[in-house]
Amino acid sequence: MTAKLVLRDQEFEVRHGMTLRHALAQINVSPESVLATRDGELITDDELLQDDDSIKLISVISGGC
Amino acid sequence: MKCRRCGHKASINMRQHKLALCKDHYLEWILSQTERIIGKYKMFTHQDQIVVAVSGGKDSLALWDVLSRLDYNVEGLYIGLGINGGISYSTKSRSYCEEFANLQKSKLNIVEINKELDNTIPELSKQSSRGRGKPCSVCGLTKRHIMNRFAIDKGYDVLVTGHNLDDEVATLFNNTLNWSTGYLQRQSPVLESTHPGLIRKAKPFCRFYERETAAYALLRGIQYIYDECPYAVGAKSIYNKALLNRLEVDRPGAKLSFYLAFLKAKEEGFFTQKGESNINLLNTCPSCGGPTTVIGECAFCRMVTKVNQGNK
Repeated sequence: MTAKLVLRDQEFEVRHGMTLRHALAQINVSPESVLATRDGELITDDELLQDDDSIKLISVISGGC
Repeated sequence: MKCRRCGHKASINMRQHKLALCKDHYLEWILSQTERIIGKYKMFTHQDQIVVAVSGGKDSLALWDVLSRLDYNVEGLYIGLGINGGISYSTKSRSYCEEFANLQKSKLNIVEINKELDNTIPELSKQSSRGRGKPCSVCGLTKRHIMNRFAIDKGYDVLVTGHNLDDEVATLFNNTLNWSTGYLQRQSPVLESTHPGLIRKAKPFCRFYERETAAYALLRGIQYIYDECPYAVGAKSIYNKALLNRLEVDRPGAKLSFYLAFLKAKEEGFFTQKGESNINLLNTCPSCGGPTTVIGECAFCRMVTKVNQGNK
């Protein structure tokens, strides 16, 4: 029973029931570098991931110039 | 997590402010905070004619949106760099700016580098000795020159850019590592005009985290380019941002404290150098009339002269 996190073209599976923050730590993504949406709505990192959740992670870091 | 203002479900939690807000209150908060920052640093007034440099990215389009909603007189300036990188980067960027301007019914000025200089940025870079093969140095020099020239020629009072706190702190961090006191002295939310050919510049988003400006753009439904510039791969600024974000995760507010403490230290004269009275003296470039720290042509005109000589 898993939830999915999608960052660009990468998909990560984590156990459901953990917080988003915990899941980000597990996949080594800084919570400061992304925003997370579920069904197009922004969610905060205390949100508990449900079974079959698909969370889109949007990278916020820009740069190079 | 609940919105601090209304108790509804929060859309964003900002640990650095110990503040979580719902969508509506967050959008209001960004507007009120921007107005506060503009006032605090005396950036510009409602009587000023403002041009905002837009790239098609989240920060510049969000800034244009915010300033319009705050009833400032603001128009956009897009500079077409001619960067393809296999993703039609510049073409896409331009179309996001045009779409935004159409929706806002605002004026977007467009300057295409290949029309101005007969070369795109990548082409200029190949012909210039600047930047060791990567176009970034040529790009930065050219954009700054064009933005300044455009703003002065068209009679704007101030040029604003979408630099956010993460941009400022990454720059500050790098300049501190190298102890580049000249650059540190010149880093500021507002850069005054110290030469008739130099536009006044301001960064109204300088105290917003990148995550905050991105959230504003998303919640407002602003369509922006997600792709990074293809030449940004391996950029030091991105590396520095990642390092600083690691610090921020453990110490919420560290980035903001670093920046604010720097501004306070500057105000107290911490970065004053010997002979500092000469630091703001600028000469006039005999080719373009713009400011330069050297006698003779400015760095941009020297680059263009060299490229043109190479083509003869």
